[in-house]
Amino acid sequence: MNWSVRIGSLVMPNPVTVASGTFGYGVEYARLLDLNQLGAVVVKGIRLEPVRGNPTPRTVEVACGLINAIGLQGPGVDGFIEKYWPFLKTLQVPVIINIWGCTVDEYAEVARRFDALEGVGGLELNVSCPNIKEGGAHFGTDVRLLEKVVAACRKATRLPLITKLSPNVPSIVPFAQAAEAAGSDGLSIMNSFPAMAIDIETRRPRLANITGGLTGPCIKPIAVKLVWEAARAVKIPIIGMGGIQSAEDALEFIIAGASAVAVGTANFYEPQTSLHVLQGIREYMQRHGIEDLKSLVGAVKLPRV
Amino acid sequence: MVEQDVIILANENFTGQYHRLVLQADRIAPQAQPGQFVHLRIPLLREALLRRPFSIYQVKDQTLSVLYKTVGKGTHQLARLKPGQMMNAIGPLGHGFTVPASPQIRPLLVAGGYGMAALYLLAERAPRAGVVFVGGRKQGDILCEAEFRALGWEVRAATEDGSYGRRGLVTLPLREELERDASGVRLYACGPTPMLKAVSALAHEFNVEAELSMDEHMCCGVGVCLTCVIPVRTSEGWEYQRTCTEGPVFTANSIAWEVMA
Ligand SMILES: Cc1cc2nc3c(=O)[nH]c(=O)nc-3n(C[C@H](O)[C@H](O)[C@H](O)COP(=O)(O)OP(=O)(O)OC[C@H]3O[C@@H](n4cnc5c(N)ncnc54)[C@H](O)[C@@H]3O)c2cc1C
Ligand SMILES: Cc1cc2nc3c(=O)[nH]c(=O)nc-3n(C[C@H](O)[C@H](O)[C@H](O)COP(=O)(O)O)c2cc1C
Ligand code: FES
Repeated sequence: MNWSVRIGSLVMPNPVTVASGTFGYGVEYARLLDLNQLGAVVVKGIRLEPVRGNPTPRTVEVACGLINAIGLQGPGVDGFIEKYWPFLKTLQVPVIINIWGCTVDEYAEVARRFDALEGVGGLELNVSCPNIKEGGAHFGTDVRLLEKVVAACRKATRLPLITKLSPNVPSIVPFAQAAEAAGSDGLSIMNSFPAMAIDIETRRPRLANITGGLTGPCIKPIAVKLVWEAARAVKIPIIGMGGIQSAEDALEFIIAGASAVAVGTANFYEPQTSLHVLQGIREYMQRHGIEDLKSLVGAVKLPRV
Repeated sequence: MVEQDVIILANENFTGQYHRLVLQADRIAPQAQPGQFVHLRIPLLREALLRRPFSIYQVKDQTLSVLYKTVGKGTHQLARLKPGQMMNAIGPLGHGFTVPASPQIRPLLVAGGYGMAALYLLAERAPRAGVVFVGGRKQGDILCEAEFRALGWEVRAATEDGSYGRRGLVTLPLREELERDASGVRLYACGPTPMLKAVSALAHEFNVEAELSMDEHMCCGVGVCLTCVIPVRTSEGWEYQRTCTEGPVFTANSIAWEVMA
């Protein structure tokens, strides 16, 4: 049975990873599950300098989902390397570092810094965080800017690049194609969807940031559709994510066209989800006599027209 | 910190709106320290995904209990669960209170709401008994008085409507005690944020140490999501730290109150 996934020179031993920002820096969950059973570990978004993040409340639970406006709190490149890399570099599975910046130059600089760090598995470019006022969002919603960021990072590093796309666009196809053309080795689809919740008693927004990004099971059908559309438009592999709670959810993404999947919000309430998903995919492959998971990627049967 | 399925041994009304939940949690209970909490996945909670955090009230061998108030969908569903049912728990979580190292320290506890539950283990494990100041809006909000007295602690209650104990805020009798004698005192508090802020101010005024257990909304409970942060002083100013991991207990003078809304 083969279920390894190749993204550029990055090889994931299996197709299940975790979504950036929902798994800290790996070390926090290491006491609850064996990280070396995952296909890769993806860490919380890092920019060049430390980031304080947004005031609280930062998250709010909604029907079958969560809205968050964390504001990309993080230790910056140096803080990350000092505090978290000593643990992460001991993992046997690839570590993917999610990076972001407020300018094209900053993205490239962060990419360069991680290029110089021994043992990094790959970089995921977060061009689509909705919770940062200065930067982030417009890179994910402007095709030309997206192309620039990816091209600049491509020049800055030999590491595999995975561009993480925003769902907040009229069509994901040009963005997927632009990332591919600019040298991205893979795509992550999708980031959170802009959203809002209001406390009707106080009439105040439930988040200090007023709006945030919606994630969790309620966004899954949107994400499946975006993966399906992008998969038909590009050749590079896609990591599908958005509301995955079970192997069935993950298989839907794979059949839609994702080569790998990431578990996000579900980690918060069931930390073992990623391992259960992995086990369920194995059982499905056995039950359906699937030798190589690649044969299932994009295998959706469409009605003839 | 472990994740385990736990069995409900009891789940009954305690006082007023509070219920007592007793769990068979052989891997969590023996590790529990005063001020730590458990993160419970409440079964059959439709549409609401997240776990709910509750302070560990009592532990006995392999069981632990919590006292919870029914306030929203999670706690209302929790109150419907029956002995024998299972649920999933992660715990013990967080950085709790420092148990006084010697009987030289005179512990004064300050509680509001479920704060009494959060402080119970500390009272039980302290090398000497002290006084617990407990406040609430009305008599029904005062929890565990008998339990603290059974440990040999003195309980001084205050209610805002005067229906029980002194009329007014709990910080009133606390101030009187500090004015009487603040030597060797260490304060430990858990309750609503305005109460904690007032305790912090008293600690500063009387130059005594205080440890406060902060109640912030949580999501993961284990330090990955960065939902639960409060501003904490650093050499360069302040930074957000996680209530679920660096806290819930912080020293009063480490909190950057001026930054908090
Ligand atoms: C460290 C810690 C210890 C706690 N210990 C206790 C305890 O011992 N006894 C007790 O009765 N309560 C305790 N609480 C508060 C308890 O977690 C909330 O009352 C509970 O989460 C409410 O859930 P709900 O679904 O009924 O309310 P809803 O309002 O429906 O919940 C909606 C969301 O808001 C969150 N939320 C609501 N109120 C609070 C609150 N006060 N604090 C944090 N999150 C909240 C919920 O977790 C949920 O994510 C504690 C909170 C923290 C942070
Ligand atoms: C609390 C939180 C923080 C997140 N932080 C990041 C981040 O730092 N970088 C990023 O690219 N995506 C971030 N995301 C988005 C997730 O990686 C993922 O794309 C999204 O949550 C959809 O998957 P899910 O529905 O399974 O959670 C975050 C999501 C959540 C809920
Ligand atoms: S609740 Fe997630 S970091 Fe504290």
